[in-house]
Amino acid sequence: MSKTMEPDLQSPLGGTHGETAGKEWRHPSDNWLRGFILDNRAALGTLAVFIVMMAVFMIANPVVFTTWYLYSSVLTTLPVALFVVVPLVFVVTCGEIDLSFPATMGFASWVFALVVQAGYDPFLGIAAAMVTGMLLGFLVGSLVVYGGLSSLIATLGMNFLLRGLIQIINEGRSTALTGLADSWAYKIFSSQLYGIPVQIFWAIGFVVLSALLYNRHRFGAQVKVVGDNPDSAQQMGIDVKRVRVKVFVFVGIGAAIAGTFSVMINFTWWPTAGDGYLLPVLASVFVGGTPTWGGIGTVVGGAIGAVTVSFIQTGVVAAGLSGFYVQFFNGLIIILSLLGHKWNQARYR
Amino acid sequence: MAERIIELRDISKSYGQVYALGGVNLSVDRGEVVGLIGDNGAGKSTLIKILSGVVKPTSGEILVRGKPVTGWSPARSRDAGIETVFQDRALAVQQTIVRNIFMGRELTSWLGWLKVNKEIAEASRLMREIGFTSKVFTPQSIVGQLSGGERQGVAIARAIYKKAELIVLDEPTTALSLTETAKVFHFVRQVRASGRSILFIGHNIHHVFDIADRFVVLDRGKVALTADRSEVKSAEDLINFMEDVAHPSGLPGLHDAGDAGRAAR
Repeated sequence: MSKTMEPDLQSPLGGTHGETAGKEWRHPSDNWLRGFILDNRAALGTLAVFIVMMAVFMIANPVVFTTWYLYSSVLTTLPVALFVVVPLVFVVTCGEIDLSFPATMGFASWVFALVVQAGYDPFLGIAAAMVTGMLLGFLVGSLVVYGGLSSLIATLGMNFLLRGLIQIINEGRSTALTGLADSWAYKIFSSQLYGIPVQIFWAIGFVVLSALLYNRHRFGAQVKVVGDNPDSAQQMGIDVKRVRVKVFVFVGIGAAIAGTFSVMINFTWWPTAGDGYLLPVLASVFVGGTPTWGGIGTVVGGAIGAVTVSFIQTGVVAAGLSGFYVQFFNGLIIILSLLGHKWNQARYR
Repeated sequence: MAERIIELRDISKSYGQVYALGGVNLSVDRGEVVGLIGDNGAGKSTLIKILSGVVKPTSGEILVRGKPVTGWSPARSRDAGIETVFQDRALAVQQTIVRNIFMGRELTSWLGWLKVNKEIAEASRLMREIGFTSKVFTPQSIVGQLSGGERQGVAIARAIYKKAELIVLDEPTTALSLTETAKVFHFVRQVRASGRSILFIGHNIHHVFDIADRFVVLDRGKVALTADRSEVKSAEDLINFMEDVAHPSGLPGLHDAGDAGRAAR
């Protein structure tokens, strides 16, 4: 083997074989702070957008934005969104989309309401709702994956279909669950702890667990690879279809929890439960820095995106602007975030 | 004599009336780099697919380490230690080097949590083994930031992690610049030095001539020439032979090709 034939892989930085032989890898990101910023730049960018937005609101109306009531109300409704935003980050990373989660929220919480109304323990209702969510997620996922349908259209169809089913059977009637307030399930999942709505702790736990699943678990690793290059994943022995169905099942579970929580806040199940979440939740995922093309994403960014979107409506009204400004600011934040992320993350091919 | 990793004997493959391969013999020994040369349509890709078990030959025999194998399949091929690295679309470019090397074979502990540090250490070791060290990149760098040659290195490291004895490189240098090609050659030599074998497929004769210990020229589904490196004086010999194969009778290069052809038989 002639020495001259060997390429000098170190040459870009002017090193020589003698110096580098046997040395460990080195990298600019070995500085932990720089590495942390590089690895989390999408989430940090979203956080920056949120901080700027809150600063603007606070300057506009310092009184309202320093009272606890405002935050308390956001912290009650925000967890419902978080339980679907986070699984949706997995779906989008996998290269799919799920628009059927609002109907899944409604359907699963309907099962919860039926079980509770029939006099069973709410814990049993929660379990039944989660099983329903899993089954619906499996149904939607199988339809998309094994039926070979476009997830955009198929899940939109399933959203209408399931919601229609709920409406047909219930004929628009809601279900009041007045006995819920005395139950243990309510105390654990929907009361207040030192004035803080307890839902937010469950939601934070869910976000942390999901972030670990995404970054430190085989499931997250395979979701990213499948979204990035399904052919390669298939060739390397990953069951691509199974991974895809799993992310839809995950959304089903998240939607079931979200639906149940929203019913527990209101003590009432409406046939429209979950409907209002479609667009804010989708916006949260993308404001959070998960790109549309699949392969990469950020769970923590998605969560921060959900916080941002939740505060827009409350913030605009509290800042003294009329409700007519809400949609305008929603759009403004979405567009500004997307521009920021575009500048922030390169797409590798 | 070195151990014979795999031998294809008298392999034929026809799709209906069309012959893709007609009685091809090919063998690879441990620690050698075999260069498989052929023009488009010569049957290279059919041969690779047969090697990797994706396509079943119409007739012929496959021997793994000297023993005939029945029921050849992708699983059998992997068990025999054959890994094919395709030219493109083999890597998930938005993921880290680590995630690509352990794609589908993640190192996990209880309940499927990744052993992140162990994966990084193992990836580091694999990359060093094929001579891929760098000040710029770590196992946690994104593959999309790597050059074409370095990406081939990641794919080769992954094949080695999968305990490959024979790595089939499908046109690894076709789309690469000279410096990138040199990087791939560097990896190939390291792999050979570690006692593994490489089947290097290409249609750039200069590339194959520079790296291979033995040449197999495929033409219209038949082996037109097999020659050891010592039997071929220069890349021009091979080129002349190829020209003769492409344009038989009366054209320049006939004489040289005649010599080479004799060497083959």
